[in-house]
Amino acid sequence: MRNSMKETELPEIGGLKTGEGGIIVSQLDDLLNWARLSSLWPVGFGLACCAIEFMSTASSAYDLDRFGVIPRNSPRQADVMIVSGTVTFKMADRVKRLYEQMAEPKYVISMGSCANCGGPYWEHGYHVLKGVDRVIPVDVYVPGCPPRPEALIGGFLKLQEKIRTESVLRPKALEKLMKEKNGA
Amino acid sequence: MELEKLKELIQNEVPNAIRGLDENATPSALLVSSDLISQVCELLHSNEQTYFDQLSCLTALDNGLEVGTMEVIYNLYSIPYDLHLMLKVELARESPTINSVSHIWKTADWHEREAFDLLGISFSNHPDLRRILLPADWEGHPLRKDYVEQEKYHDIVVKWKADE
Repeated sequence: MRNSMKETELPEIGGLKTGEGGIIVSQLDDLLNWARLSSLWPVGFGLACCAIEFMSTASSAYDLDRFGVIPRNSPRQADVMIVSGTVTFKMADRVKRLYEQMAEPKYVISMGSCANCGGPYWEHGYHVLKGVDRVIPVDVYVPGCPPRPEALIGGFLKLQEKIRTESVLRPKALEKLMKEKNGA
Repeated sequence: MELEKLKELIQNEVPNAIRGLDENATPSALLVSSDLISQVCELLHSNEQTYFDQLSCLTALDNGLEVGTMEVIYNLYSIPYDLHLMLKVELARESPTINSVSHIWKTADWHEREAFDLLGISFSNHPDLRRILLPADWEGHPLRKDYVEQEKYHDIVVKWKADE
């Protein structure tokens, strides 16, 4: 994707070079991206029935380990957060805090209908957050109620695809910040 | 022991406590006057003929604005006599207050907190009456018939769609 982008399509970033990094940086990108996408360590926590599917995905039958996915018990050692289940308002504060404790680069997979949009609680669930993307940014949404382990693995593959296109020269968050600063 | 006998037993010890019977309830119920509930419970708990040593469930319900009452329902069980009994208490909907029975059965502690959390029934003499399920700074009591959910909680819109 990066190679097919035209010069004119590159966003203006004040004070930063916007050109491609040439052969050295692009090789570095590939290395970093490969390292990141091959060891996506999720925070080991679950919220509801989706967590059961998450656990069976980690079992030997589906073997999440083969993608380099090993649940970590501290957010500070984790790269990705799987929001597996219903996020209540009481839990939303905690989920947000967990996310803030993770080190960059960090990613979020929203697993199941509840985390995506409130699921069956969308109308009468006064206590349910209508989508975890109202408190933290989400990279991949996995549909299902609950999603089968294959679907969660699909979500990880999608996230890997996303990471594969990243570049150290044009970090998305910085781009966004500069845009806001320039009042665009 | 039959319901009539139970009623007699209570009437002898705590006069004016029983306001009626509900044979259709399962198990059949005694309607108890709200200000005498803790005396009745103490009697049923300690009397040699009943020994209701287990509070299986304590729950509450809102009968709505038109009726204007709330109810607290006690499901008792006596392990030695294998007896079931339901007690029902009616409260005014305006400011529902009733004595706690948590000093008799420890079970009542959390059950009363739940009734307080979801229906706003205040239990006097409760050791620790605060919300048990919802966050401490939640507004309103969701199982009330006239409950309207708050617009925002911690700056997050509660409704699925708000002017989108």
